[in-house]
Amino acid sequence: MSGVNGFMYPNEVALQWSVLIVLYPYITGLVAGAFILASLVRIFHVEAVRPTYRLALLTALAFLIVAPLPLQLHLGHPERSPEMYFTPHSTSAMAMFGFVYLWYLMAVLVFEIWLDYRQEIVLLSQSTTGWRRLLYRLMTLGSNNISERSLAIDERVGWFVTLVGIPSAFILHGYVGFIFGSIKANPWWNSPLMPVVFIFSAMVSGIAAVMLLYMLTTKLRKVAIDMQCVDTIAMYLFYIFILDFSLEMLDLIHRVYEADESFRSLNFMVHTRLYFSQIVLQIFLGTLAPILLLGITQVTKLAPAIRKRIYVVAGCLVQVGIFAMRWNVVIGGQLFSKSFLGYTTYKMTLITREGLFVAIALTILPLIILWVLLRLLPPWPHPPLPAVAPAD
Amino acid sequence: MLPAAAIAWKYVLAGTPEQSPNYTTDEHWWSMLIDIPKCIGCGNCVRACQAENDVPDGNFRTWVERYHVDDWKMENPEVISPDGGKEGFPAATDESGKYFFVPKMCNHCADSPCTQVCPVGATFITPDGVVLVDQTYCLGCAYCVQACPYGCRYIHPTKKVADKCTLCYHRITKGLTTACCESCPTGARQLADLKNPNDPIHEFLKTHEVQILKPQMATGAKVFYNELDGSVR
Repeated sequence: MSGVNGFMYPNEVALQWSVLIVLYPYITGLVAGAFILASLVRIFHVEAVRPTYRLALLTALAFLIVAPLPLQLHLGHPERSPEMYFTPHSTSAMAMFGFVYLWYLMAVLVFEIWLDYRQEIVLLSQSTTGWRRLLYRLMTLGSNNISERSLAIDERVGWFVTLVGIPSAFILHGYVGFIFGSIKANPWWNSPLMPVVFIFSAMVSGIAAVMLLYMLTTKLRKVAIDMQCVDTIAMYLFYIFILDFSLEMLDLIHRVYEADESFRSLNFMVHTRLYFSQIVLQIFLGTLAPILLLGITQVTKLAPAIRKRIYVVAGCLVQVGIFAMRWNVVIGGQLFSKSFLGYTTYKMTLITREGLFVAIALTILPLIILWVLLRLLPPWPHPPLPAVAPAD
Repeated sequence: MLPAAAIAWKYVLAGTPEQSPNYTTDEHWWSMLIDIPKCIGCGNCVRACQAENDVPDGNFRTWVERYHVDDWKMENPEVISPDGGKEGFPAATDESGKYFFVPKMCNHCADSPCTQVCPVGATFITPDGVVLVDQTYCLGCAYCVQACPYGCRYIHPTKKVADKCTLCYHRITKGLTTACCESCPTGARQLADLKNPNDPIHEFLKTHEVQILKPQMATGAKVFYNELDGSVR
């Protein structure tokens, strides 16, 4: 059969997991990373990045809403997916996704955003008219008390939710790594480092995404970028990226030195079918280049205009690199035979349910949701709200 | 003591196999014996399986591989399985090294990774040791396909659910043997019941060099291979 070199077990020729399953860890990673950035403000008191706090939370929510869609579209029987909630199989890593997802969505992210915005929601429900008023009133969930004491309670509960949210974000994405890392049949995936690598790469992609969105939204709003804020984000991005890259290299060096039975097969793949996506896109363009760029901003004193450009370029390269990493894990893990005697190819379709166009739509969809969220719950300082007498 | 199949036979002949009084799931532990020196690569088993189980073209519940292991190349054998070996194999041209056939199928592992990873438990192991898929329940997520070390599963192209060898469960519970065993002209495949003390498998295992595939995977594979070459993956 065309596209096959050597020997594949006959059922292995066609790939089972498509570009949509590449999107799944990519999107989930953005969620976890954005939340970790928000937690820097709330838990670790990094005040410099406060301008991105709410934007990070809303970004996480927008992407989290879309996160299950690639999985859903990939299923042979999407109508049966509720069974994962009703009759989860306790030994299955995948069965826990529904619960981890719901926990993170409802108990962490939505709750924290609601607590943080509650005062504004209450005030908006009193100052707006028409459908907006109705919507904001619904969003208050009947909790209209915005007395000082009540807001202080919100603050304390919000802090606690964020505290719980940090391990939850780690669990959300570490668990995605575990789905792959625990498959002993596949040496490309099977590694206890996989969840850790996934967590760090998630932080890198999420932090870079919020940095880019912050710079984009300030430009669109025609306000000045808070350079101290982006400088601080870039610093965190740089150091976390170094940790992430070190972990990935540790995994790689271990595989190369150990050179077990799968090594020849995997080595061949990296030098041929994955050369562009792994060596060129992931390692050089998506990792070394942004680390170098960010490193330059750390050791030199460049003008703000240059730093901004560097951050934009580095942020975009990070996205390319992390997406390539997800691609190399998901697609790369299916390109070789479990017999280690042959290789197949992945042919992406265009307009099928698991094709390129759907993947592009799913990448754009969170940005549309984010735009709606930003309209509903503006994260940046806005003109003072009209004075309305507090309920208490 | 007659094997279960013999006792059930009169019920099978009478067209009422379900009334067979002797089939109790926890009295059996099914496995398969594959005698590699006996396999001639005719592909009968593949065709019989496809006909019996309506296996879609391009996918295989069982298939046959031909290994060519050249001297000093044990780690890099040349393997072919054209259309799963369904129509046999082209004549061997290289006279060096050795050639042999290896029939493959689901290993009905006692600790099967596919069962472990199924998110809704649609894949399960029966009390008599057969790994099955409840296709009315399967989500079609393909996680089990990824988890099988032997490449024995696939997503059915029209049903959109996981599909695999059932060890002809519809037959063996009625006292029959599997379609692949029945069609094998040389007896290279033998259904075996490890819980039946009179099954010839016990004597065979005692007296032959028998291996399972990928023992390092620790899956509790129950397809036993006689004279399995070290090059086989």
